[in-house]
Amino acid sequence: MTKEELYFWLLCLPNIGQKKVELLLKTFGSIEALFEADPEEFEIFRQECCPASLKFSGQDIHTLCAGRKPEIIKAGYAKLLKGGIYLVSREDERYPGQLRNIYDAPHALYVKGRLPGKEEKLLAIVGARECTPYGREMARQFAGAMAKEGVGIVSGLARGIDAHAHEGALAAGGMTYGILGCGIDICYPRENLKLYMELQKQGAVLSEYAPGIAPIAGNFPMRNRIISGLCDAILVIEAKEKSGSLITVDYGLEQGKDIYALPGRATDRLSGGCNNLIKMGAKLVTKPKDILEDIVPNYKQIIQDFKKNNKLLELEEKIVYASLCLEPRHIEEIAVLTGMTIDVLVEQLLALELKGYIKQTMRNYYIAVEQ
Amino acid sequence: MFSKVYSAAIHGIDGLIVSVEADVSNGLPVFDMVGYLGSEVKEARERVRIALRNAGYLLPAKRITVNLSPADIRKEGTAFDLPVAIAILTAFGHLPEEELKDFLIIGELSLDGKVNKVNGVLPIVYSAKQQGFTKCIVPRGNAGEGAAVAGIQVFGVSTLKEAAELLLGPKGKALECMDQRELFGGSLTGKGELFEENRRKMSGGKISEGGQGNLIEEDTEEDSAQGLPDFSEVAGQRAAKRAIEVAVCGMHNILMIGPPGSGKTMLAKRIPTIMPELSFEESMEISKIYSIAGLLGQQPLVTRRPFRSPHHTITTTALVGGGATPKPGEVSLSHLGVLFLDELPEFQKNTLEVLRQPLEEKSVTISRLRGSYQYPAGFMAVAAMNPCSCGYYPDRNRCNCTINMVKRYLGRISQPLLDRFDICMEALPMNYKELQQQEAQESSSAIRKRVSMARQIQLERYRGQNIYFNSELTPRAIKKYCKLEAKEQELLEEAFVRMNLSARAYHRILKVARTIADMDQSEEITTRHISEAICYRSIDQKYWGE
Repeated sequence: MTKEELYFWLLCLPNIGQKKVELLLKTFGSIEALFEADPEEFEIFRQECCPASLKFSGQDIHTLCAGRKPEIIKAGYAKLLKGGIYLVSREDERYPGQLRNIYDAPHALYVKGRLPGKEEKLLAIVGARECTPYGREMARQFAGAMAKEGVGIVSGLARGIDAHAHEGALAAGGMTYGILGCGIDICYPRENLKLYMELQKQGAVLSEYAPGIAPIAGNFPMRNRIISGLCDAILVIEAKEKSGSLITVDYGLEQGKDIYALPGRATDRLSGGCNNLIKMGAKLVTKPKDILEDIVPNYKQIIQDFKKNNKLLELEEKIVYASLCLEPRHIEEIAVLTGMTIDVLVEQLLALELKGYIKQTMRNYYIAVEQ
Repeated sequence: MFSKVYSAAIHGIDGLIVSVEADVSNGLPVFDMVGYLGSEVKEARERVRIALRNAGYLLPAKRITVNLSPADIRKEGTAFDLPVAIAILTAFGHLPEEELKDFLIIGELSLDGKVNKVNGVLPIVYSAKQQGFTKCIVPRGNAGEGAAVAGIQVFGVSTLKEAAELLLGPKGKALECMDQRELFGGSLTGKGELFEENRRKMSGGKISEGGQGNLIEEDTEEDSAQGLPDFSEVAGQRAAKRAIEVAVCGMHNILMIGPPGSGKTMLAKRIPTIMPELSFEESMEISKIYSIAGLLGQQPLVTRRPFRSPHHTITTTALVGGGATPKPGEVSLSHLGVLFLDELPEFQKNTLEVLRQPLEEKSVTISRLRGSYQYPAGFMAVAAMNPCSCGYYPDRNRCNCTINMVKRYLGRISQPLLDRFDICMEALPMNYKELQQQEAQESSSAIRKRVSMARQIQLERYRGQNIYFNSELTPRAIKKYCKLEAKEQELLEEAFVRMNLSARAYHRILKVARTIADMDQSEEITTRHISEAICYRSIDQKYWGE
């Protein structure tokens, strides 16, 4: 039996969670010893070592003993390997160094894809599921810019900001890691299936949960400690004042990570959490550079400032382009701002869009794109 | 003695001539009616018997048999009361028989001998004329409707006695033949400019016989300039207004999406005001349907384009028509006008799906055991919806809907139905500044002028091809009439790749581009037209997608 198979056995046992495993491993010294132990030894363990709060029961002893069938375990693990999933235990060399040091670090991670390298810098990008077009664009821009500089993007593969951060990194050809709140073989939410597949090629999907564990609400806050633990810094794109993303930030603070927050307007509900973080001392970021200079050593490359490189445009196109910003504007508003009639305006808009200067965030809502 | 009187029943939107035969013979004093009768026709027996007595006619104790032929078509409605009474009177020798073959008679009787209004007079009189009848007797209340048909003399009667006297009256004198001018002209002169204008318009060109087909507007208050909705009352909304203008020019169906209070309904209500004025033929077509549905009210003809706005709880039958004796539904009532479907996703899904056929075929066929009926349904569909169930997406400060909820809301409308909306436009919420702005907005009549011009171009281009509007172009016709130059091809191709458009969208964009070019009076479709058409492109399920 390899170490991986042993951990696979231990972590798949029902009702034996993080805390119980922690104490068992500590008491018995190693996973091999645990696998070989007699039921009597477990009974002694239960009576003498276990605090009552752990609720280690006779049933648990039965589970531990009954599950020790090498053939079944081996077959189960082989099946995982066949599906491209492997297990990395805390004893393993490949186990991410940053994560090893946190309190309550998972005993093992299921991995589909390639784990981050030892020297690889990682940034977590988190935020609201129901994000605005502004949040979406910023998540993509930041993730893309970071990924280009070799910074891996860590997020939770959820809807909204998480998904857009992954997308941004993927589009820039960088590495990105998705931490799941369910079994590694489950893609949740379903609409992120494409991302889930892409991530395995350009990074990895990680989970501490055994295959088949459903995405129940309780899993997600725990998942967040891995997101924050894995990375060097955390960037919050959009979050309400009471947001799940802030749990990640709390874990990050406990683990001593740098917190970055993207500001929003004072009245934007979805930026309330970010603005609060800034008030409490998180670093306000407006450009990817703000983060890069902190986490990438000897970061020298000067990122061009947001420059309206519009020398190649026609006069009318310039007028239209000048009326746009990162806040989506509807054709109607642009028409009022530029004083053009709709039929003239739409021609300019399409030309600009095809040239890549502007972008439709939704049908007929436009934003300017950074050149 | 035997007698025969002609009357008519409604079949679909046409009148069907029915002959009413009465026979009086010796035997037990019985009054029998045969001929596949509906219960309201069977009841005519009692009404006729008592009405005759109360009108002062004494019926001797004889056996009376009435037959309505053709006997294999079910007769419905109360319009046979008067012809049955006349037939009986003739059979008893009270009235001369010779006159009857020129007359078509309809009307419901009340017990005291009065003649009440019935539905469907217009199509009946119209068919009567086509069948070669020269005179019609109709209830006085429907006289206007009947008189609208040219080439037939229409007599309005208010009592059975009056009808009998009309038939008795010495020849030549033809008792107060109701020429419309006599009936309406006098009372209506001086009813304002609109009537005069209508009169000029209606009688201009199309109608050979002077005075025939006058239009009467009863509700003059509503008609006054302030009463009618006008586009000049809508502040801002330039993009939506432009989209509507394009839609009306090519009769494209349009879907408006916007938060509550953005003025979607307000815009939709004004669409009929920029459609070209009704021609006399169109007015007749609509009036026939309204006559059958009993919706003509006081006016003899429909003079304005219909605007129907059914509530979203409407049933399938009410929408497309139907029932045991088929009646036209909302789609037919909005024929040549606008069918406005407010809160589109709130409609029952199966109710909406039945719209697919009428939207394609411009007519509805309702098949029943006793025959199939076809009603016209050449309407322009205008739909309005909110972007999500709370209505405020993408304004995240107000909208709490998850992306999935937003998608699900749009998903209530099936793709095939969405495909039938060539143009889709967002209406933006209005801000205070726009509401307050004083700058004059374009009036409906100014827009209508442009619309008429664009429509004229289409009519001429497609003459004789059974196509009237760009929206009706088939893929083959698109190839022929929507040719693109190299530059335009390139633009369209690039847009396709960039915007990930579907092949389905291709034809719709070309059709709309053709309309926009027509509005510009341009033979060629230029990049500007293509750009604008792309901007209006219809939505698909990915609508809010990233």
